[in-house]
Amino acid sequence: MHNAFLAVAAEESPNPLLPALPDLIWGAVAFIIVFVVFAWKVVPRLNAALDARRDAIEGGIERAEAAQAEASAARDNYTAQLAEARAEAGRIREQARADGQKIIAELKQQAQVEADRITATAHAQIEAERSAALVSLRAEVGALALDLASGVVGEALNDDAKSTALVDRFLADLEASETAGKAGK
Amino acid sequence: MLIRLLVVVVLVLVFWLGTRRLKVVPGRFQTGLEFLLGFVRNNIIIETLGEKDGKRFMPVLMSMFFLILGMNLTGIVIFLNISGNSVIGLPLVLAVISWVLFIYAGFRKHPAQFIRNSLFPPGINPFLYIIVTPIEFISTFILRPVTLTVRLLMNMVAGHMLLVLCFSATQFFLFTAGGAWGLFSIGTFAFGLAFTLFELLVAALQAYVFTLLTAVYIQLALADEH
Repeated sequence: MHNAFLAVAAEESPNPLLPALPDLIWGAVAFIIVFVVFAWKVVPRLNAALDARRDAIEGGIERAEAAQAEASAARDNYTAQLAEARAEAGRIREQARADGQKIIAELKQQAQVEADRITATAHAQIEAERSAALVSLRAEVGALALDLASGVVGEALNDDAKSTALVDRFLADLEASETAGKAGK
Repeated sequence: MLIRLLVVVVLVLVFWLGTRRLKVVPGRFQTGLEFLLGFVRNNIIIETLGEKDGKRFMPVLMSMFFLILGMNLTGIVIFLNISGNSVIGLPLVLAVISWVLFIYAGFRKHPAQFIRNSLFPPGINPFLYIIVTPIEFISTFILRPVTLTVRLLMNMVAGHMLLVLCFSATQFFLFTAGGAWGLFSIGTFAFGLAFTLFELLVAALQAYVFTLLTAVYIQLALADEH
């Protein structure tokens, strides 16, 4: 034990607070070497690496933001197109409905015209037939009346100018009265 | 001296080679190295001095930190077993560097204001400057380097002494005293082991304290108001 302590004491025998000159010099040299390495290589490299990392992270964030912006732009675009397509579809449907109504109206009108035409034709035909019937009736009524009169009078009135005139007058009277009745109606 | 040479060589090798290819995505070794460098960079330098001044003084403060750390750690490395800082030379050199640094920083930025801030603190009755100014002068320009030196030196010397004491006692109890005394060697060895771990803490702590104080001194010298 004494030996160990003595050895320690001998090691520390000069006052530890009084520096030896070589001690100072070599301490300074050690510091200068380390300082040069740090100033020349380590710190610039460290700062460069940290800056590079920050750039990388910021770049990543920027890229993510750009991608998000792009995606949202695409979505807006898609939404706009969808709305446009819907509007287009609605417009086409409206058009189709209007067209359909127009076609129906046209067809209705055509049918109406056709019906009118048919009705008019029918009226004309009926009128013509009535006129024809009237003419033929008039001739027959004259003959019948003459026959009847011949029978009543007992003598032949055929082919007589007198009788023909009589019949015509009778018919004219008839017609006049008929016309008057029609007008009066 | 050989120990210091060794420390310098190791430091240069580790940091030169270690930072040769710093990648954006770090590997294991780079992460560890960056943890150390980043700790000094952010927690000591930039937090104290700010981004701009911190970058100016970063190389010198960083080399200070790692030189002290390396020198301190030799105190517990086998076959070296004595700290490079347990002889006064290196602590004194480092303290003088720190002293020169903060004086340089102050005079470079604003000489008159630096003097006023350090020797004539504002907000005091001018009459009291007779007392205050000598005190400030001694504390700022003399006691700062002295305390830096002595704190570091004595921590390392005391740590070394403790280790020597514990392990010498172990040796003595086990082989010289013999018999039942040998049981004491277990206790002394355990203490020696504990103090070895404690020295690890002290080594890092002293490097941190020394560098932080230097940074704070520079910051005070640069400050506009005291």
